[in-house]
Amino acid sequence: MSDFATTLPTGITEPDRDELRRQGILLTSLEEFYNWGRSNSVWPLQFGLACCAIEMIAASMARFDIARFGSEVFRPSPRQADLLIVSGTVTKKMAPQVVRLWNQMPEPKYCIAMGACAISGGPFKQGYNVLKGIDRFIPVDIYIPGCPPRPEALLHGLMTLQEKIRGQKLTGPDAPRHLRADTTCDYPVPEFGEHDLEPPANSAVWQAPTMMRKEKGQA
Amino acid sequence: MIASGLQTTGAHVREVHDDFHGDLLEVSMGPHHPSTHGVFRMQVTLDGETIVKLKPVFGYLHRNHEKLGENTSYLGSMPYTDRLDYLNSMTNNWAYALAVEKLAGQPVPERAEYLRIILAELTRLLNHTCLAGFLLQDSGASGTPLMYAFREREKILDLFESLSGSRMMCNFQRFGGCRTDASPEWLAAAKKLTDGYGAFLDEYERLITGNEILMARTQGVGVLKPDLAISAGITGPMLRATGVDYDLRKVDAYGFYSRFAFRVPLGDHGDTYDRYMIRVLEMRESIEILQQAFRDLPAGPIMDPKAKLRGFRPKTGEAYGRIEGPKGEIGFYLISDGTPNPYRYRVRPPSLINLTVLEDLCLGHTVADAVIILGSIDIVLGEVDR
Repeated sequence: MSDFATTLPTGITEPDRDELRRQGILLTSLEEFYNWGRSNSVWPLQFGLACCAIEMIAASMARFDIARFGSEVFRPSPRQADLLIVSGTVTKKMAPQVVRLWNQMPEPKYCIAMGACAISGGPFKQGYNVLKGIDRFIPVDIYIPGCPPRPEALLHGLMTLQEKIRGQKLTGPDAPRHLRADTTCDYPVPEFGEHDLEPPANSAVWQAPTMMRKEKGQA
Repeated sequence: MIASGLQTTGAHVREVHDDFHGDLLEVSMGPHHPSTHGVFRMQVTLDGETIVKLKPVFGYLHRNHEKLGENTSYLGSMPYTDRLDYLNSMTNNWAYALAVEKLAGQPVPERAEYLRIILAELTRLLNHTCLAGFLLQDSGASGTPLMYAFREREKILDLFESLSGSRMMCNFQRFGGCRTDASPEWLAAAKKLTDGYGAFLDEYERLITGNEILMARTQGVGVLKPDLAISAGITGPMLRATGVDYDLRKVDAYGFYSRFAFRVPLGDHGDTYDRYMIRVLEMRESIEILQQAFRDLPAGPIMDPKAKLRGFRPKTGEAYGRIEGPKGEIGFYLISDGTPNPYRYRVRPPSLINLTVLEDLCLGHTVADAVIILGSIDIVLGEVDR
């Protein structure tokens, strides 16, 4: 937050603003105010897939208390949610529903891939029915490794997401997806084909990693 | 009409009036639904608000557990069993270890058996506490009971973590013993938790059990008859809530359960309220078992010295190991062909088999009741779909 606070167009530095705040004057920019509000009321979708969902519930309970970060309002309806926490294994039967839920969420929306399964298929990667990472179909903002990640890890992921939101601009190339005209909030929903999901990945958000190999005889 | 074939028992079953029929309505509940405990789907046909047909749809979390088990070494499947019923990894581990030990003829030292019983009963406390919280959450008591339940769950998970290194996925049992020994400090902490658990149950029961709304919502709702329960293969608290005295801890007396004095609580009506009460009573019995186990825990090794971890190849044969998990009979069926991997690896999941009677329980009730009935069956989708 501090890096763009110091680059305010007014030229007022952080100590100046602290001094003003002590005197009861709150100096801010629209962008900062907008992102402050957005980042502190990220409402997740109440959507559990597998084991990680239990830890997600645990994070919302008294001990870890996700309410401290303004995210305790788990909404059952995607229409009211800002954050999709993909908490668990996404199977090929479930992947179309996850993408559909993502499409039903209004912008601005964010996605956290919680746990090894949501990131890459995790321990079940060899399985014939397991999707090898939800980022093949929807854009993921934060990856939280672990099997399952502890609730603290989820909270850390949420804080990282808040930092990301606070760093977004209202205009220009750093603007979030919903403020840009050249992006879509609708992602193609895969269908379960004869052997695999059709298409197996959304090429707009995911490309297969290329392996760099040394040529023969090269040092 | 379909309605004429309904069982009209129980105080809360509504009669469907044949002279006032509108169109039947098909509602798909799930796989994204806050009360289906994961990615379970109910294809419900409604007449007004009354369920006349219910078709469960599984498979949204089918993670190829059994196929992976056939391609992994025996010990390599142990972490996968954690992820079957992810609330009760300790009992899953035990059931799998028991099956492999039967297959290989592997004895288990006394201290390890006691540790297994301690951990299994702690798991039972954990599972039943969570169930009570989720059931109340499903019936509309949003937040508070679940918070109480998860407060206690965290205490048990702290014990699991300090013993095995992981909160949920314990991966603790080995063929012929346990992975780590319980220190005196751990045992003291576990004993302290056990001693205090009765007070928590009293508090929780004061809050919930006599609650008029809970009784109105659950008594007479989702009645399961003993003969249907037996013929459908229902096990665990759900079977005992119908009044059938069948507890593998008594029937099989696996481990050292024959050395422990405990009672098997039985229900009378087989309704949702009985299924809730059975769990509360079982928790009280678990506390009794735990206290006896802490008293009698012998010193000694936790691992059979002849147990083989590396290059483990049981002789050709087959074995079925089962224990009384918190949800019912969890069993593993293994066929060995002498190689490091099992030839066939099969799980008997209590959640799935208990779920098969869902339609029988829900017919004639409203949608809101179906949610509670599903909550009282106590499913975990990792185990249902595997």
